[in-house]
Amino acid sequence: MTTLDRRDQIAWITSQAAEARVNLEFESEGMTLNIGPQHPATHGTLRFVVQLDGEQVVACEPVMGYMHRGYEKLCEVRTYLQITTLINRIDWLGSFANEVPFILAAEKLMEIEAPPRAQWIRTILFEMSRIANIVLFLGEMGLQLGAITPTFFAFRDREFVLNQIEAVTGGRFHPNFDRIGGLKDDLPKGWVEDTKAVMKKIRVFCDEIEELLMGNEIFQARTRGIGIIPGQVAQQFGLTGANLRASGVDWDLRRDAPGPLAWPEVEWKVWTHPDGDSFARYWVRLQEVRESTLIIDQLLDGLPAGPIMAKVPRIIKVPEGEAWVSTENPLGEMGYYIISKGGLEPFRCKIRSASFSNVSVVPWVMRGVYVPDVITILASLYFILGDIDR
Amino acid sequence: MSTVFAVELAWWQATAVKLAVVSLLVPAAALILGYVFLLKMMSHMQSRLGPMEAGPHGTLQLVADGIKFIQKEDLFPNNADRFVFKIAPIVVLVSTFLLWVVLPAGPDLVVEQLDPGIFYALAVSSLSVIGVLMAGWASANKYSLLGGLRAAGQLIAYELPMVLAVFGVVIQAETLDLQGIVSAQATQEIFGFGGLGNPFILTQAVGFLIFLAAVQAELTQPPFDMPVAESEIVGGYQVEYTGFRFLFFFMGEFATAFVFAGIASVLFLGGWSLPPFLMDLLGIDQGSNIMNLVGPAVLFLKIMFVSFLIFWVRFTYPRFREDQLQAFAWKVLIPLSLANIVVTGVMKVLL
Repeated sequence: MTTLDRRDQIAWITSQAAEARVNLEFESEGMTLNIGPQHPATHGTLRFVVQLDGEQVVACEPVMGYMHRGYEKLCEVRTYLQITTLINRIDWLGSFANEVPFILAAEKLMEIEAPPRAQWIRTILFEMSRIANIVLFLGEMGLQLGAITPTFFAFRDREFVLNQIEAVTGGRFHPNFDRIGGLKDDLPKGWVEDTKAVMKKIRVFCDEIEELLMGNEIFQARTRGIGIIPGQVAQQFGLTGANLRASGVDWDLRRDAPGPLAWPEVEWKVWTHPDGDSFARYWVRLQEVRESTLIIDQLLDGLPAGPIMAKVPRIIKVPEGEAWVSTENPLGEMGYYIISKGGLEPFRCKIRSASFSNVSVVPWVMRGVYVPDVITILASLYFILGDIDR
Repeated sequence: MSTVFAVELAWWQATAVKLAVVSLLVPAAALILGYVFLLKMMSHMQSRLGPMEAGPHGTLQLVADGIKFIQKEDLFPNNADRFVFKIAPIVVLVSTFLLWVVLPAGPDLVVEQLDPGIFYALAVSSLSVIGVLMAGWASANKYSLLGGLRAAGQLIAYELPMVLAVFGVVIQAETLDLQGIVSAQATQEIFGFGGLGNPFILTQAVGFLIFLAAVQAELTQPPFDMPVAESEIVGGYQVEYTGFRFLFFFMGEFATAFVFAGIASVLFLGGWSLPPFLMDLLGIDQGSNIMNLVGPAVLFLKIMFVSFLIFWVRFTYPRFREDQLQAFAWKVLIPLSLANIVVTGVMKVLL
């Protein structure tokens, strides 16, 4: 201390003290928190390893595969008709929509075209499973943010849609209704009127949710500006569906690549939102449900008469070849790539599901947010676990 | 208490009766609120079918729940601090018991009439923070640690607006004694009109709202349920608790809601007393014995009204984030309640 005079000493002590204070304020021991594999916010057995500094996220890594069921391999030892009973379990909330792209791919390989009435009914049921799926999201997101009431409203109104699906297909969760070349059955009597009444109820539900949840200041404070994914980043990570449209990218396979399905026959609109935050994702999905009810109403009005099944061989043998068909499923783009070497079973079946790609953005979007925001973002990205682990 | 039933009791006998009543009131209050609001009101609001099945109109559901809880195994996490883990729910429940001690339900129906009554009530209500922190720490679980720390931050932040909201009432009533506050509301006049007395909600509406918000936060209920947020930290400090110990937390929450609703109705709605014109009509005197019978019923109705408000908000709102919650306390509620105190003080001097 002899070499320092008093002024230097004071300066040295002050700088040390300041450093110590800075350390106290800004450095803390990190903590690793496992969100999952069993956690209400992960909708199933999915695990997020989160590195925390206080309550702030440093890194977040999804760990998948806890309920992998090996569908792609199972498809290789089953006939085409048997495969439909597997694949509608992939996204179990919008199950009919899973069957359609697979059947379309098989039809493409066999060069069969289903009659128009079948395509229209397919489209109607497709949109109904979209409603059944997204209505649950609209309630579930409230639950993740602590509002319990919207969830029960969602369950109540989803029931009406499931009843209508059940009336046609006989199944609520696993319809197994789509066949190569058409559909199993025609619509039952009086179904059209009942469905229109249900669509009216769904629109009322959307208004309720808009008032109860989206109009709520706390909900807006929790979701606006949280988990922003710019459009370019979303495209780079391969996001599809409402997650992409909420980032301002105007991309919807229903409009851009409808295939033989009936969407181009009716008037409707693709909704996008420029913000790319959690609120935008919620808003886009709500608008989509509304739009779906309108699509169904129009399709029901213009339902063509005629057969529901094309001429198909009794034993389905698919000729050699490859086919890729994807559709705009409730969660985003879902596609099947079938390689056939001829015969009863596909040689190889690759499934591209929407949630798997949608979740890939999680490590990027989670940096620097708080633990409660992790839940908000996970809820708003909206994945079904079966759709991630196939 | 003794006069209305026309028996004279020794001090120890009276104390025994009071103790029995208070210890029965806690589970009774939890049962009433649980049944009326948690089961009936919530399921009607949310179109739920479940709570209609057990017993006529679902009356036996809570009994079934209670039996289920008692049957469960008493589990401890591996690294838990066993003693602290065991005692934490009891600490939470004790704070509720202590709150009942000062709550008046009639001219003589109060366990202990304390001069610093409301001061005591607010002080013992914050005891529960210690229990919550103990539970969060002793569970040796990261979720419960996060929940316990969040709870501590939140309960400390909302203690302040709660105390400040009561200030306005105390200034108007010129006493800290809860009985004094009740009689002040029964006898004061607003602008020369005394028919309704002066229930302080008319002049302290801002204070009432701040008090309700703070109560909501103290009970860790939505929109302030960050510490127990079941979709994020899976129940927070309660996550490792099973069976009877969890039931203690549950009972503590509902009984505290009941007693806080009681304190709110004593402070702002006139407590057990009826409006003066009604008492004139019925020919009852404020201090008469009959009020020992009528008073509890009146207070009960007011408590149910305040609880309804508390639970209505609980079932409707999403939850705040931790920083938003703190900002709401420090940037909105506390300045508002300070302004309320200033205005009340100035009006008190001027009028």
